[in-house]
Amino acid sequence: MAAAPPEDSPLHQFVIQPLVPIHVGNADLSFTNSSLFMVVAITLVTLFLTLGMRRQNLVPGRWQSMAEMSYEFVAGMVRDNVGSAGRKYFPFVFTLFMFVLFGNLLGLLPYSFTFTSHIAVTAALAVTVIVGVTLVGIATHGLHFFSFFVPKGVPVALLPLMIPIEVISYLSRPVSLSIRLFANMMAGHTMLKVFAGFVVLLGFLGGWAPLAMDVALTAFELLVAFLQAYVFTVLTCIYLNDAIHLH
Amino acid sequence: MTENEKPPSLSDLDARLRRARRREADEEPGKGPAGPPLSGIGLAFRVGVELVAAMAVGVGIGLLVDRWLGTKPWGMAIFFLLGSAAGVLNVYRAVSGIGSAVGYRNPRDGGTDKE
Repeated sequence: MAAAPPEDSPLHQFVIQPLVPIHVGNADLSFTNSSLFMVVAITLVTLFLTLGMRRQNLVPGRWQSMAEMSYEFVAGMVRDNVGSAGRKYFPFVFTLFMFVLFGNLLGLLPYSFTFTSHIAVTAALAVTVIVGVTLVGIATHGLHFFSFFVPKGVPVALLPLMIPIEVISYLSRPVSLSIRLFANMMAGHTMLKVFAGFVVLLGFLGGWAPLAMDVALTAFELLVAFLQAYVFTVLTCIYLNDAIHLH
Repeated sequence: MTENEKPPSLSDLDARLRRARRREADEEPGKGPAGPPLSGIGLAFRVGVELVAAMAVGVGIGLLVDRWLGTKPWGMAIFFLLGSAAGVLNVYRAVSGIGSAVGYRNPRDGGTDKE
């Protein structure tokens, strides 16, 4: 890290700090604060769902109904966007949704780290999605899958131009998927910290206005956390539907 | 409405629910809302990202092709143009409300593409 932002910078919150240094050969596999919060997110999701469903009442309590709502929400999303053929892939989509959602929400706690604000994390998720979806498409349709890139109703003379365009358009999906999540999270958290910095600078007399702004922004960030997890998952469903059904 | 009639048991209810759900799932072949509902700024952000992402992918491919074939400026130039075209295509698809489906064609114009 050549130039880490100073302690009081709004970008300091994004610095990756190794907690347990692990070096294998030239690769730096250290357990960082980012890894720590991923583990925390996974643990919390697991606890939330298993403990919530510990007593399966017919009339659910508050906790059980929250767990059931998250299940129903993702199940409805898969059903609406992919149809019954997508039921096989529900576990993956549900895991993705809960992981991103808990990552976004955990990041809102003071002193925590938002791993979804790093493009390394979101790009890894998006590439997993795209590679997986492409493999599903090839497994379902064989080589016929590649007819996906040949737009229909186009004169043959234009095909050498259209096929590269379609391929680039397909390859740009993981890029836009990962940029959307990471940019939203990073912009929101930077803004929170910038206004929090104003509170300190303006002191007791003038600090109330940015403080009120920060309260409002926190509520807005809560919305963004849910919305971006939803967007990420629903786009995964749409891509899955494209691969399974090949318009 | 008779009081002495026994209410249907829960397993019966469950079976009927399952049947109804299956019927519903068969009727509708996965054509729900094609994408998240977007506010104005959400749409603007999405359009911007789509445009730039495709351009970046195009330039990236062009640079790789150049390194591979040693055709220094040409690969980048050509794939930049292709990437821009793909970006415009993405934006067109995003704003016409059909998600970002590659190879998607509106069922209204054509209709011969049912496989």
